[in-house]
Amino acid sequence: MAVSTLIYNTFIRRNSIFVGTILFGAFAFEIGFDSAVDKYWDKLNAGKQWKDIKHNYITSDE
Amino acid sequence: MVNRLSSSPLLKRVASTIARGFSNSAAKESGSEISRNTRAAIVATVATGGLAAWYAHLYGNPIKAVTVAEHGLHPASYPWPHNGWLDTFDHASLRRGFTVYKEVCAACHSLNLVAWRTLVGVTHTADEVRALAEEYEYDSEPNDEGEIEKRPGKLSDYIPPPYPNEQAARAANQGALPPDLSLIIKARHGGCDYVFSLLTGYPDEPPAGAVVASGLNYNPYFPGGGIAMARVLFDGLVEYDDGTPATASQMAKDVTSFLNWAAEPEHDDRKKTGLKVLIITGTLWALSLWVKRFKWTPIKTRKILYKPPKV
Repeated sequence: MAVSTLIYNTFIRRNSIFVGTILFGAFAFEIGFDSAVDKYWDKLNAGKQWKDIKHNYITSDE
Repeated sequence: MVNRLSSSPLLKRVASTIARGFSNSAAKESGSEISRNTRAAIVATVATGGLAAWYAHLYGNPIKAVTVAEHGLHPASYPWPHNGWLDTFDHASLRRGFTVYKEVCAACHSLNLVAWRTLVGVTHTADEVRALAEEYEYDSEPNDEGEIEKRPGKLSDYIPPPYPNEQAARAANQGALPPDLSLIIKARHGGCDYVFSLLTGYPDEPPAGAVVASGLNYNPYFPGGGIAMARVLFDGLVEYDDGTPATASQMAKDVTSFLNWAAEPEHDDRKKTGLKVLIITGTLWALSLWVKRFKWTPIKTRKILYKPPKV
C-alpha cells in the first residue's frame, strides 16, 4: 500500500506531473525500446549489414 | 462418379435421417411404408449429389492449353541470406552484385528506377558512388545559346540506360527487348530463385526433342524454353574487389541479391520495423487479454442459485 500511495502522490496527484510523466515516459520508452531492438537486430545480422563492411572501403577523412 | 456418390454411406445416412424426420409425422397420415415427403427428400438428395458429380466431371479437371515445358521449369528454392523474417540483405553480396550488373548486365539491361545516391550507405561510400557517377555523361541545363551540353554525372542522377529508347534496344538485339531490371525480382514468379536458376540454367546444348527457334537459346526455366538472351555468366568474368572467386554461380547469386535490393530497397528497414511492430502489438494483445479476464472475473465466477419457494 505504501508503494502505491507513494506512486500516486508523486506522479498522479497533480495533473501537470501526470501528463508530464506520460510524455516523458513515452520518449524514454521509445528510445530504450528502439535501441534494444536495434542491438538485437545487429546481433542477428552480424556481418551482413553495410555498417559491418564499410570499414573496408572508407579511405581517409570520411 | 454418380454411382459412387449416390451409394456413399454418408449420403445414405443423410437420406435416411431426412426420411425418418419426415416420416414420423407424414407416415401416420398416409399410412404407407414410405411417405411422399420421404420420397421427395430422397429424390432431392440424389438430384443434388448427381448435379455436384456432373459439375465436378465437367469442370473438375480443366484442360490446360500449355504443357509443363511451355510453362517453364519451376526453380528450386535456394537458401538466400535474406530469406528469413528477420534477415537483412548480405550487403557484401549486394556490392559484388552491383559489380556484376555494371560490367555484364548493363551492356543490355537498364536499371531506370535506381539513382546513384541510393547506393550510398548500401553498397558503396559516397565518394565511391560519386566517382562511379562521374564516369557517365548527362545532359545539362540549356546554356545561354539554348544548347544542351554534357556534364559528368552526379549522385542525384539515375543509372543511365544502355539504349536511348525501346526501338534502339530491339534493333540491337534482333528484335528482342531486354527488360528493365529495376523491379525484375518482383515482376517474375519465383523471384530470386527464378532469376538465379535462369542465369545458371543454360545447358551446354538443348535436350533431344527441344525445338529452339533460330536466334533463341534454350533455357528450361524460361517459359517456352527459347530465350533471346544467351548465357552470359562464365567463371572469372568479373573481378571482385573483396577477393571472392567470381564463379558463375557466385556472380548469379550476387547479381540476383543486388536486383532484389533494387526492387525492394526498403527491405531491411521493413523487416526491422515489422519486428518492432510485432513486439509492441503482441505485448498489447497479451495485456488486453489480461485486462479482459480481470474485468470479467466477477461475472464469470458468479453463481446463480435457484431457491424454490416454500409451499
